[in-house]
Amino acid sequence: MSSTFETIANIIAETCDIPRDSITAESHAINDLGIDSLDFLDIAFAIDKAFGIKLPLEQWTQEVSDGKATTDQYFVLKNLSARIDELVAAKGA
Amino acid sequence: MRLEYFQLIDRIVELNLADRKITCEATVPTASTIFEGHFPGYPLMPGVLLVEAMAQTSGWLVVAVNRFERMPFLASIKDAKLRTFVLPGQVLSVTSHLAHEGSGYAVLNARISFDGKAVADATLTLRVLDFPNAEMAEQMRKQADTIGLKIEARADG
Repeated sequence: MSSTFETIANIIAETCDIPRDSITAESHAINDLGIDSLDFLDIAFAIDKAFGIKLPLEQWTQEVSDGKATTDQYFVLKNLSARIDELVAAKGA
Repeated sequence: MRLEYFQLIDRIVELNLADRKITCEATVPTASTIFEGHFPGYPLMPGVLLVEAMAQTSGWLVVAVNRFERMPFLASIKDAKLRTFVLPGQVLSVTSHLAHEGSGYAVLNARISFDGKAVADATLTLRVLDFPNAEMAEQMRKQADTIGLKIEARADG
């Protein structure tokens, strides 16, 4: 499992008081883990700090609202990990 | 402070957009109906209003950073500490530092002091959204002028 996933799983477990072993790469942050938008702000803050990035939450939300993306693309943790890796790579480019 | 209008901040003393910091002055009124209940015979500034003063100070900083394009709304309060009693007539210094500017939210560390001594502090998260309507945006600009958040301050940094 990628270290990115491990990091965000630990952040979610700590921030939302969710047992770490119940969080998998296939977990959907909203539908499976029950994380609401306010708790996700805390998670986003922790992710931004941990990776030195700025998760584009507003852009993602807009894309979902417009039907251009599904929540799975951003909130299933393996996909969220991939998006974070992309943002980290873009930062270093 | 104009407690009856929920305006906790009197004026902006310093705005440093480069350092993402703001300092405001807030004078607790000597008389208010709030003190009739909080508490009879011993008027104290309610702690929740001290938190609101920190939120409004933080909000003005976010408004300035966003050059009046977006509006902050209080979303969460963490580690709020009310360290001492605040009495009618005291002139408070309220500061806030923008610790993180995320996508659609901001995290700020705010503090109140009186005579150089810590009164209260908290970490606040504000949601940063588009203004719900033009009237609110206009009213915020008017209030900004009242407390000394000048256009020059919005334009630099």
